[in-house]
Amino acid sequence: MSETPDMPDLSGWATRLAGWRSQRRHLWRRFALFLAVVGPGVITSNVDNDAGGISTYSVAGAQYGYALLWSLIPMTILLFVSEEMCARMGVVTGKGLSDLIREEFGFRTTFFLMVIGFLVDLGNVAAEFAGVAASMQIFGVNKYIAVPIAALAVWILVQRGTYRQVEGVFLVACTLYLSYVFSAVLAHPNWTEAVKATLVPHISFETEYLLMLTALVGTTIAPWQFFYLQAGFVEKKVRRKQYAQARLDVLIGSVSCMAIVFFIIVCCGATLYVSGHRNIADAAEAAQALRPLAGEWARKLFAFGLLNASLFAASILPLSTAHVVCEGLGFEAGLDQKFREAPVFYWLYTALIVIGGAIILIPGAPLLKILILSQVANGVWLPIVLIFMILLSNRADLMGDKANGPLFNAIAWVSSAIMIALTLILLYQAIVNPSSIGF
Amino acid sequence: MLHATELLGAEVRDAQGNFVGRVRELFIVPADHPGRVSRILLARGRYQPLVARYDQVASAEPGKIGLTVGEQALESFQANEAWLAVGKDLLDQQIIDVNGRKVVRVNDVNFDDRRTNGNVELRVFQVDAGFRGAARRLLQGILSPAAVRKLQQRLPATLLPWEYVNLIESDPMRRVKLRIGSDKLAQIHPAELADIVEELTPGERQSIIESLDKETAAETLAELDDRLQPEVVETLGTEKAGDILEEMDPDEAADLLAELPPETSQQLLEELPRDDAQEVKRLLQYDERSAGGMMTTEFVLVGEDAERDEVVGWIRGLDLNAEQLDTILLINKQAVLAGTVAVGRLLTATSGTQLASLRSDPVVFVAPNEKDKEVFELFDKYNLRTLAVVDANQRPLGVITVDDVIKHLRENG
Repeated sequence: MSETPDMPDLSGWATRLAGWRSQRRHLWRRFALFLAVVGPGVITSNVDNDAGGISTYSVAGAQYGYALLWSLIPMTILLFVSEEMCARMGVVTGKGLSDLIREEFGFRTTFFLMVIGFLVDLGNVAAEFAGVAASMQIFGVNKYIAVPIAALAVWILVQRGTYRQVEGVFLVACTLYLSYVFSAVLAHPNWTEAVKATLVPHISFETEYLLMLTALVGTTIAPWQFFYLQAGFVEKKVRRKQYAQARLDVLIGSVSCMAIVFFIIVCCGATLYVSGHRNIADAAEAAQALRPLAGEWARKLFAFGLLNASLFAASILPLSTAHVVCEGLGFEAGLDQKFREAPVFYWLYTALIVIGGAIILIPGAPLLKILILSQVANGVWLPIVLIFMILLSNRADLMGDKANGPLFNAIAWVSSAIMIALTLILLYQAIVNPSSIGF
Repeated sequence: MLHATELLGAEVRDAQGNFVGRVRELFIVPADHPGRVSRILLARGRYQPLVARYDQVASAEPGKIGLTVGEQALESFQANEAWLAVGKDLLDQQIIDVNGRKVVRVNDVNFDDRRTNGNVELRVFQVDAGFRGAARRLLQGILSPAAVRKLQQRLPATLLPWEYVNLIESDPMRRVKLRIGSDKLAQIHPAELADIVEELTPGERQSIIESLDKETAAETLAELDDRLQPEVVETLGTEKAGDILEEMDPDEAADLLAELPPETSQQLLEELPRDDAQEVKRLLQYDERSAGGMMTTEFVLVGEDAERDEVVGWIRGLDLNAEQLDTILLINKQAVLAGTVAVGRLLTATSGTQLASLRSDPVVFVAPNEKDKEVFELFDKYNLRTLAVVDANQRPLGVITVDDVIKHLRENG
């Protein structure tokens, strides 16, 4: 009864076919390998060019033309070195940055870091909504309409989507930064001069110039991005073997981020600086000033870029912050969890969006000051995060053979020292002479 | 009850009331006792640290510990991997809550202080993963212990009994030394266990899966995220991975092998017994998104002339997963598929009934190269639970079960 039907012996050709099939899959997988890992690095670096960043770059271009372009290459290195540390920690330990801080430095340290981080990020979220308000004003939309709609859209996107869907939306948002490339082309810059200014450093010790340089570094390398980047690689479950792809992702992110900065500065340098509109306050003003010089399209594209950047950062920042705080303090977190499973995570996320948006809607809210204050807060917060990062990525018991080597450590400490020094200068200026940074 | 936060840093005095040192660490020695604090490490500034044994403790209260002996009776400290350090290995670390089936972070550890012949024994009885422990950690040393106790009591409690705590340790050697068993984990449903280990770091994941018995490991591995399977298998090593693979259903094994690099998958196939390897190889030839790629080759097949009792008796003797059995395939004398019988029909039929008369109508089947969409449609149209896959001569090759369909719909739909 348990007779088995006569089966033709398939094993010979089956093996051949299986071999062929896995070979094909393997080739395809090689190609897909990078795609599977890409995301955290590219997203993080691009989201760096947020509302505050774009304002600073516009002002830098309008005030100094191409004179600051040279700083982009060292900044790319700084960005890459610091982000790479986090990517490596995420891939090797499989743990987020705040997880690691908690396990290695204890509850109390983590608690205070999380509280400060939350407040600083709240300021940043408010700044992003200020960017939404400013850019939508250019399109003739009142902030009382634009900000609530933007907040709701951001909130729903993350609540409804899975991590992969959300990441897809974010990656598309990254490509929208190309609008700045078109703005720059429409501005008819002198490309040879721009490239020359990028390669040949222009050093000046004028206070104003140094201050501008500091602001550039300060806005480009934001502390929260490290937490987001590391969590991104952990959540994607990037394997140790895929580390090379992860690093490539970070590298592409750093370079593409800086390329966009290049085009923003060139756009403003070629128009506002050349024609003498050198005293603009923010990105919205830069967009307005672009119209007579580069045409209506340049203005619209510029404003659209600002809107995209603000919205993009406004969706990632609350997400990242809620993640970090929950991870550190031991609450369930992550987009893969449902509301019921991770209530604290979703409440923090919602609170950041609602409070951040509400600050902007207060009648007569000083949008520009909020923007600048949030960047000063970032500047103070950055050195602390960096020091924790370097300490952790040096630990052989956590990182094994992937701990920082002596050369890397030298680069990391020097980079951090530069960033710390620059941000301290900015902070000093903000305290001693608030008007110098727009107050 | 005492908390680890109240004991770490506590002042220790000897039998004469002289200050000896401060508590640096509390050690549980699982080889002696699963929950007792067996050794207390005393830090003494620039002097050699000392260790007090559990039977040398006379009293314990928040911030204060008294000894039954003098300082000279204490041993000097030697680090020991087989000792579980409450401060270093438990506080702030993640553990598996076996009861709640999730990974949680430890905020504090609660001890029961029991008096036994002249001394006080501290036994872990709960792990605090909630607001109370967090408040204590934050306020300890800032407010008086009494004030901290009063404050934290108003907060909601999240306490896990110690017997439902499974430690996460990525070093397999230390796992053994600390007597971290996997029997508690094996009681968790494999799908839930897979969710838990997915949250852990690669090293921790590896050490837990390696510690499971072959059967549980196989079931857990099959439920694991596709992105993680190759990593786990490759790290396990060919022999161990082969053992686990042997325990898997052929379709699951084939799915897993398809994710691996060809060399690894070839090596693993060689580890399998001949029959299993052939079955898996046969499954591997089909495209993932075809009927052949979805089917399993484990199914119950009987001749259509067989009688009800005969079949039930025969099935009883088979080594199969009875929970998954819902349909029986029938063949005629030429080994051609003659129909399917639902187990429910078999159950309610009288003893002498021939299986052919219990057959579901119409006889539905697919060819192995049929697209998955076609399979979904058949399941929907005929409300199937199991669909037979046949070769060109209509002889059964395997079956697709409804759980395979749901899995594919979720992944590709």
